Amino acid sequence: MKEVILITGRTLKQGSNLENKMSDAYFDAAARCEMNENLLTRIGASVGDAVKVSTRFGEVVVNAEKDDGLPDGHIFIPMGPWANAIVDPDTGGVGTPTFKGVPANIEKTDGAVLSVKDLIARYREG
Amino acid sequence: MAAETVSNVVCPLCGCLCDDIEVIVEDGKISNVKKACPLGKNKIMGHDRIKAPMIRENGEFKEVSYDDVIEKSAQILAQAKRPLLYGWASLICEAQRKGVELAEEIGALIDTTASVCHGSTVVGVQGRGAPGCTLGEIKNRADLVIYWGCNPQEAHPRHRARYAHSVKGMYRPNGKNDRKVFVIDVRETKTAKVADEFVKIDPGYDYMAFSALRTILAGHADVVPDTVGGVAKEKLVEMVDAMKSCEFGVIFGGMGLTHTRCRYKNLENVISLVDELNAHTKFTLIPMRGHYNVNGSGHSLAWLTGYPFAIDFSRGYAWYNPGETTSNDLLMRREVDAMMAIAGDPGAHFPGESLRHMAKIPLIQIDPYANPTTELADIVIPTAVSGVEVDGTAYRMDGVPIRTRKVVETEYLTDEEVLERILTRVRELKGGN
Repeated sequence: MKEVILITGRTLKQGSNLENKMSDAYFDAAARCEMNENLLTRIGASVGDAVKVSTRFGEVVVNAEKDDGLPDGHIFIPMGPWANAIVDPDTGGVGTPTFKGVPANIEKTDGAVLSVKDLIARYREG
Repeated sequence: MAAETVSNVVCPLCGCLCDDIEVIVEDGKISNVKKACPLGKNKIMGHDRIKAPMIRENGEFKEVSYDDVIEKSAQILAQAKRPLLYGWASLICEAQRKGVELAEEIGALIDTTASVCHGSTVVGVQGRGAPGCTLGEIKNRADLVIYWGCNPQEAHPRHRARYAHSVKGMYRPNGKNDRKVFVIDVRETKTAKVADEFVKIDPGYDYMAFSALRTILAGHADVVPDTVGGVAKEKLVEMVDAMKSCEFGVIFGGMGLTHTRCRYKNLENVISLVDELNAHTKFTLIPMRGHYNVNGSGHSLAWLTGYPFAIDFSRGYAWYNPGETTSNDLLMRREVDAMMAIAGDPGAHFPGESLRHMAKIPLIQIDPYANPTTELADIVIPTAVSGVEVDGTAYRMDGVPIRTRKVVETEYLTDEEVLERILTRVRELKGGN
């Protein structure tokens, strides 16, 4: 397990499926965690492997992807329900949750990446 | 039937509101979209729609009529003590106006997607001013462009080409060669890769960087530490030199400033920097607004209520207090007892803690497409796609209002029609009081 900083945000593929969120294309675009090659190696994961990302606010399983534009110790999950399962809900007194710069832990896992429906169903169950 | 090309269509995806799109229509259906970016093309081409109005019964959706969902929605909203009407970004100003009327009628809270986006920018502007200009001025005049905490290559893909970088302007005839582009970000984004200079900053250090730039600008570089947020002092001095010596500069601010610590204080600080730069040259700031008409929601709500988002009508008049009357604060305090999500997708874009409460209260969704909010909704009302099937007014990220075009006909009700019918029924239920 490695300590990292989580950033979330828009990507071209996520944005291209904004109105198509129940699709496989959106799942591929948003249920992922990008990191540089060094971090992939350090957690013993390859591109496409499932990784568990946990913060003080929850945990989520997503697919590992490589982006060498990310500095060491930083991960990026596209904005969406997978990222929002673990972002910091604190709104800083102005209404906006902390979507970027959240301390997190990341590790390789055998767990399954949940579909949108299954992910959201967790909230219906409380 | 022959294919018809509809020209100068306004793209209803992001705050660029590109107004040069060509849409090919065959047999009343859109068959192709030209000139748009992948985001806009996919939006205009469309995806599988919600087929019919639906009500959830025993956990499963049942298709019903528009009359049924409007009656049920009106009952929920008329009876609610603390209803929240959220979204209002991916639709036209005419529907936003109707939303304010409904909110006032039922004493609701009305909040927009700015709440989780540029709300902090709006608050910063209220505190310090709005040193803006139009994108046309950027195109024609800007020789220094700074993208700070934003990644237009992925979020606003035509922004550089149409308004800010490669585009040729009246006083920038050589386009890219007449401009310098800086990107300040925590990671090397696709935009960073096409900029002249990428300055990597540590997450959460924007406020300090703005303070350092202001200090250097004021002639006190000697008190600035060797590095600020991971940025070398020499680089900061170089940036100030570039800012002071340009003829027309602009900072485009993104979520990198509003989603991290300091939020609206980041904006107050960068606006102060822009203010001080105007003692040396012309400098401006434009927020990179996301949804195509989220800026319009701020304008519509402000001219109707005095406030741009997070408005509470429970006192009988408009009350505004971000941090208290913003959607996520309300949901996490478990204060809301009914919610309408319209033209925004809180199911995808709110933290889990807010969704837990949304799952427990009656939730009405008004949207053309199924999304994570649908999975939590009790009532689903499909509507026409604004900007494709309905024309109306939208505000570009620089505050320029643009009339969107209707490209094809639809059998779906418009957002405005649905809201009008709910409002009429709410008034009947409340006995005209």
